[in-house]
Amino acid sequence: MSFDDIKNVSKILMEYLPNTLKLFFFTLLFSIPLGVIVAWLKKCRFKPVSWLTNIYILIMRGTPLMLQIVAAYYAIPMLVKNARDSGSTGGFIEVLDDFMHSENYMFITLIVAFSLNYAAYFAEIFRGGIESIPVGQYEAAQMLGLTRMQTFFRVILPQVIKRVIPATGNEVIVLVKDTSLATIIAYAEIMLKAKQMMNTYSSIMPLFIAGLFYFVLNAIVTIAFHFLEKHYNYYK
Amino acid sequence: MAILEVKNLSKTFGDLKVLKDISFSVEEGQVVSVIGPSGSGKSTLLRCINQLEHADGGEINVCGMNMLRTENGKAIYAPKKTLREIRLKIGLVFQNFNLFPHMSVMQNIIEAPFRVLKQPKQDAIKTAQELIGKMGLTGKEKSYPCELSGGQQQRVSIARALALKPDVLFFDEPTSALDPELTGEILKVIKELAEEKMTMVIVTHEMEFARDVSNHVIFMDGGFIVEEGDPAELFGNTQNERTKQFLKRYKGV
Repeated sequence: MSFDDIKNVSKILMEYLPNTLKLFFFTLLFSIPLGVIVAWLKKCRFKPVSWLTNIYILIMRGTPLMLQIVAAYYAIPMLVKNARDSGSTGGFIEVLDDFMHSENYMFITLIVAFSLNYAAYFAEIFRGGIESIPVGQYEAAQMLGLTRMQTFFRVILPQVIKRVIPATGNEVIVLVKDTSLATIIAYAEIMLKAKQMMNTYSSIMPLFIAGLFYFVLNAIVTIAFHFLEKHYNYYK
Repeated sequence: MAILEVKNLSKTFGDLKVLKDISFSVEEGQVVSVIGPSGSGKSTLLRCINQLEHADGGEINVCGMNMLRTENGKAIYAPKKTLREIRLKIGLVFQNFNLFPHMSVMQNIIEAPFRVLKQPKQDAIKTAQELIGKMGLTGKEKSYPCELSGGQQQRVSIARALALKPDVLFFDEPTSALDPELTGEILKVIKELAEEKMTMVIVTHEMEFARDVSNHVIFMDGGFIVEEGDPAELFGNTQNERTKQFLKRYKGV
């Protein structure tokens, strides 16, 4: 490949970077709060809730994300097809049909699959963080008359955040790279485009350039987490 | 009126009976020391009174409010609202401080007055400032617990408990986690509180201190109160064999 080719490939990949970033940020936006909720549900004293949460985590961590993406993408079309084949029509089927032909359908299924998958990992990280807080912190809060909500949000959560930063950083770095899995349903992101250009140019160079994109993104994530850790260094 | 009344209190962990029929009371302005060997149930007693453990039976009254009673052999706790009211009348200073590490000294002290008692922030800060001065911590308002010595941390935790203006203050071995050189500063603070007629119950291994500061001593062993009474009497002239044996290990008392 000539230098001009490399420049051209980089330019095209740059155009698809926003799609990769969109997937990355929306997944974080939904999976982190969802992870907190799942961690809570897992600690629920009402056993059936805790068991169901365990099964959810087991499935999400126990099967490939790529499989989950494909399943999420084809679930609704399959449902609609089966319903039609068995002769049923009706409002609900039409709503699903409209949805699966809508502009954002692919992106929404991706966000659902990624968020549900990452929430399971985040939940386990957050649970570990919550359980690492000494019981004395709860007792001190109790003796001061803080409510359970106040205890969680004022005393426990700030300390949990500090403790889960390194493990969360790991997970976020993996997410940057996992966005490439969206290529399996032909979501127009960096990896898909790099593969196409690999064929166009009969060269492996586009893959190297794509790799550089992910590398730079993760360098930024690493630096961001470094500063986040530093920000919480004011206490031990 | 007794600030604290405990009658026939019992507590079991699994098969282990930790408290067996404990009864005593604390009058306003009294300083009561609870002494005894490790595993005698001192800390558990304190934790039951502070609602950190659930007792199995007996009766506890705090400031005229019933917290726990027993009916037909079943321990019955007061409604949540009463328990909460009682909790705010009681302060507890922990052995290992349990300060909130992510909050500064000032934040640690004003957290409860501001969020629980809903005091205006300025008032909470003013009270905290006075307490910080009283504890000899002026200039440390913005420090974090990890920047303080053990003795300073324990003084912050005393200030934090006092900020709620409790009617009675409990200490669970307040000097046990400290270097011997640092215990003195905590004992001095407690002594000053005693002079101000603060009602206190102190679980301690510092025999000399217990004799000096308290006007009532309880000696516990094996889940029972073996002996209680005037400190001079108990330390100097006990007739009880078990007490004698225990005190013999603390030379100079």
